[in-house]
Amino acid sequence: MLPRRSYYTKSMRIGVLAIQGDFAAHQLRLHQLGVESIPVRKAEQLAQIEGLIIPGGESGAFLKLLGDDFFAALRIFVNSKPTFGTCAGAIMLATEVLGPAQPSLGAIDMTIRRNAYGRQIDSSIRTGKLASSANNTLSEIEMVFIRAPKIERIGPGVQVLATEGGTAPDGQPDIVAVRQGSAMAATFHPELSSDSRVHQLFVALVQDYCKTGATETSK
Amino acid sequence: MSKKNSSSSNASSQGSTSLRLKTGLAEMLKGGVIMDVINDDQARIAEDAGAVAVMALERVPAMIRAQGGVARMSSPNMIRKIMAAVSIPVMAKVRIGHFAEAQILEALGVDYIDESEVLTPADEAHHVDKHKFKTPFVCGARNLGEALRRIAEGAAMIRTKGEAGTGDVVHAVKHMRQIMRDMRMLTSMSEDELYAEAKNHQAPVELIRMVAQTGKLPVPNFSAGGIATPADASLVMQLGAEAVFVGSGIFMNSGTKFASAKEAAQRARAIVKATTHYQDPNVLLEVSGDMTGAMKGLAVDQMDPTQLMQTRGW
Repeated sequence: MLPRRSYYTKSMRIGVLAIQGDFAAHQLRLHQLGVESIPVRKAEQLAQIEGLIIPGGESGAFLKLLGDDFFAALRIFVNSKPTFGTCAGAIMLATEVLGPAQPSLGAIDMTIRRNAYGRQIDSSIRTGKLASSANNTLSEIEMVFIRAPKIERIGPGVQVLATEGGTAPDGQPDIVAVRQGSAMAATFHPELSSDSRVHQLFVALVQDYCKTGATETSK
Repeated sequence: MSKKNSSSSNASSQGSTSLRLKTGLAEMLKGGVIMDVINDDQARIAEDAGAVAVMALERVPAMIRAQGGVARMSSPNMIRKIMAAVSIPVMAKVRIGHFAEAQILEALGVDYIDESEVLTPADEAHHVDKHKFKTPFVCGARNLGEALRRIAEGAAMIRTKGEAGTGDVVHAVKHMRQIMRDMRMLTSMSEDELYAEAKNHQAPVELIRMVAQTGKLPVPNFSAGGIATPADASLVMQLGAEAVFVGSGIFMNSGTKFASAKEAAQRARAIVKATTHYQDPNVLLEVSGDMTGAMKGLAVDQMDPTQLMQTRGW
């Protein structure tokens, strides 16, 4: 079973990058899980948090608003401390972005393509499969895709957390959530569903990090 | 292929699924700036400055005011060019009640449709039945009742009307204050008072009850209409707006004169930054210092009331 609210360290604080996007939805979800969060708008705030969520929004706008100094500070943070990116946040965490190409933070060895499913008219709510680390099983979970990106390639050190579909031309389901080390990413929006399991996974990751001071690299 | 098949079968009947997707995109735009653009060059300037979306239209409101005539949906070819030029969402306007224009924009694939008082209304009694569309709609409002009537019709985002094309923020402020005040009042009322409030606001009692319980609109609440400076953006954000639309204020110096590309880019960047850091006076000071000037504008209280756009819509 996943930990309940009382399990979490009281002093643990998660930041939500709040330069633009649906950061309030992530903060609400963390609040529901009994986790303290702060909106992060400046580089110096990264020192006050144990983990970071990069929300959905427009990744291009994130880059313009961050500027060089904040971007550099963020790159250091996401490559050393627990970070979770959803949609635009997942784009930010990739090593390579296509459609069009743009700079990214490189915390997860993957190639991701922006707006890969099409425009808003192609946005949809679908049911995918979430991997459970406890007993190696898959369980169904609702996934909200909004002008979603697509993970086109993952490197050898990247663990698949969730998939969706399975009738693609090559017969393979799409990879929609991944983890590498202490970085997690989802191309859908768990913050817009009532199911909190994906956030619980991330909170547990931050929790582990707080206890041990580092996270094991997933195999 | 699989995506399209599964989405169309899923979305066929489920109204709430559809509304969640529609408001979902608005959630992604929060804290951002949506800019009016009239061609692909302007769209690229807006995207480079950090706009979260663009509104594609043939004439910005200040030009419509200056030129007069019937203002209609923009040419689909012109909108298509803008859609090809940028990777951020593209919105476009239809006349109030003109569901055929909306059908065309949906077929074109725009990401959001603005049923807008800036264009000449096509129907004197009815707005578009927005539930019939898969493409989300944004509509203008001056008070809570108007906002809830639009939401009842299926709008997935509300923006204040303000007075478009003037560069005068006074009515965007008035409308945001009015909506926030109306909502705060409902939260203090007892259940049995809400029926009369529904009558007063001329809005469905279910939506009145929802606002009374949550203190906010069931869809995102943005600001528009006369926002021209970084300080204006901060002002409406501090009053409760969740994002801002900037129309004529970036690319125009007056109703007939365009700003230079350099000046427009500078204004756009400043307003984007001010919207993110709306609570930080030091950042506002910094970005305001970079502004070389804002559009000349038109003081709304000196205008002939027949020239007001905000009174369009029912």
